[in-house]
Amino acid sequence: MEPAPPTSYLANEPRIAVRTLDMAFGGFVVQRDVSFTVRRGEIFVIMGDSGCGKSTMLKHMIGLIRPARGDVLYDGESFWGGSAGSDGTDHRMAISRRFGVLFQSGALWSSMTLAENVALPMTLYTDLDAREVAEMVALKLALVGLRGFEEYYPSEISGGMRKRAGLARAMALDPDILFLDEPSAGLDPLSSRRLDDLILELRDNLGSTVVIVTHELASIFAIADDAVFLDAESRTAIAHGNPRDLIDHAESPKVREFLHRGEMGGEMAATPA
Amino acid sequence: MTASVRLERIDGQSSDGQTLEFRCSGDWTVRHGMPAVAEVAAGLAGDPAPGRVIVQARELGRWDSSLVAYVAAVEELCRSRSIAFDKGDLPPGVRRLVDLALAVPERAGTRRAGGAKPVLVLVGEGTLRSWSGFQDTLSFLGEATLSFLRLVAGRARFRRSDLMLTVQECGAQALGIAFIISLLVGLILAFVGAVQLRTFGAEIYVANLVTVAMTREMAAIMTAIVLAGRTGAAFAAQLGTMQANEEIDALTTLGVSPIDFLVLPRMLALMLMMPLLYLYSAFAGMLGGLLVGTGMLDLTGTTYLTQTQASFSFTDFFVGWGKSVLFGALVAIAGCMRGIQSGRSAAAVGNAATSAVVTALVYIIISDAILAVLLNIVGL
Repeated sequence: MEPAPPTSYLANEPRIAVRTLDMAFGGFVVQRDVSFTVRRGEIFVIMGDSGCGKSTMLKHMIGLIRPARGDVLYDGESFWGGSAGSDGTDHRMAISRRFGVLFQSGALWSSMTLAENVALPMTLYTDLDAREVAEMVALKLALVGLRGFEEYYPSEISGGMRKRAGLARAMALDPDILFLDEPSAGLDPLSSRRLDDLILELRDNLGSTVVIVTHELASIFAIADDAVFLDAESRTAIAHGNPRDLIDHAESPKVREFLHRGEMGGEMAATPA
Repeated sequence: MTASVRLERIDGQSSDGQTLEFRCSGDWTVRHGMPAVAEVAAGLAGDPAPGRVIVQARELGRWDSSLVAYVAAVEELCRSRSIAFDKGDLPPGVRRLVDLALAVPERAGTRRAGGAKPVLVLVGEGTLRSWSGFQDTLSFLGEATLSFLRLVAGRARFRRSDLMLTVQECGAQALGIAFIISLLVGLILAFVGAVQLRTFGAEIYVANLVTVAMTREMAAIMTAIVLAGRTGAAFAAQLGTMQANEEIDALTTLGVSPIDFLVLPRMLALMLMMPLLYLYSAFAGMLGGLLVGTGMLDLTGTTYLTQTQASFSFTDFFVGWGKSVLFGALVAIAGCMRGIQSGRSAAAVGNAATSAVVTALVYIIISDAILAVLLNIVGL
């Protein structure tokens, strides 16, 4: 694969850079001119009101939807630019091997057991033998609290468990970057808290960069280092920064109101958005 | 008393023009119906235009959401004409619900035009849809071909267990239904043939008819039709559900081609099993012919079988056998293509299954017709 970049470069270059990205379905523009950067080892949150295109943004970043304009850079390398002549699919697949994705619904392969789900990335991309894979699978499932569920099918477990199994699969190859689409939606508060702790542990111990789409305020304040706020109305990013700063110092009252869960008294509500 | 509204102009209460008093009285319940908002609109349009509208609700009886809907509509009407709206002495419950209903403004560009579209628009949309459908078909065929080449080059990745499971599903488990259908087709062919041939005293040629028809055409076509309904629809439903459940996205982001991983084993399984089913089917058809021959036409089993053997040609057999491989590929392609292209809703998955069967049948018949002409040209 590509040679390891020099260390100085590692420290300065953003891990992921989204550059003037426009997202559109047919003629309908969902978000325009969105730019932000995610630094190495950071937990980055994409937040925003419902329907603003948070999940769609994630799909642009992981290669499922082609941007109408703009690009995403991984370690300075263009994701959508690709090599001329082809549509760049192979190039994107090579980059996408660096990341793991947890989908909103878990998206476990329904014809496979949990063990097979977690094992598939390993059998595809590592030289581990069957026993080693089985041990790694047991570890990954244990990390998300699903010890002993190896031989269950996705349809036999609850939604929250499916989500955690999806996380175990996303972590299968110890990816540099983890993309999580609403990881705590539908989880009870305790499981949600445990998931936050797990994400922090993964970042602290494996140095993973984590990009999370969520609007769970408790999670956002507990783990986010940096965030971007996508606005459904103006259809662009209206705030960047650490949510703990944004809550009182964001320029846009909508962002402050969002982070305060609307509980800011009448004075703020009266300010025009 | 039912709901009623009366509009009354009061002069000199407002600095910027007249005030329109808007009296609601009676019981406002969904069951009693509600007055038309158009009445108020007419009142507002009067000359000179009122500067302010105030609600007076002293004689209001019982109320439910019909009053809320009405007041909200009137308030929105006033806003659109920049007329001040005062909820006056409406009950606090109504005020709060109206405020809640109007709290989130309509997002620009959200509303869709309802109602029927003009015919030309429908024709245009239909044409564009079929054109893009045709393009999708071509690109899927291209991808499936590339995937097949990757398989030959040994670079395609899929799970052997998926292949084995599909082989079982479309092979052994389809044997019973393929056998029964083919037996009956052989029986029907022999029966219809017998009635005609008997008038010439040529009953013995029923064996020729059944043998040629089954080996060259019917065995391949009947198994293909059975598999289109049985397996093609199942493929479309499986892949469509996987699409709806983001499972295909999960494969793509893992860097695995969904075509290699999901379509290829299904295509392979059908292309391997169809020739085998063809053998059973041809055999079952001839058996059906034998039953009619011995039961209805007073031929002995030996005579019938000798005639069958004499009329059997390896050309017919290999033509039918080759067709069965082709039809297997077509059924798999139609099923997988409709599944992969499926939308992400329950209805879309249902449509995909239906469309998979229809597409497969069309492909089978068209390719059979083309083959008939081509084989005739080369003299087979």
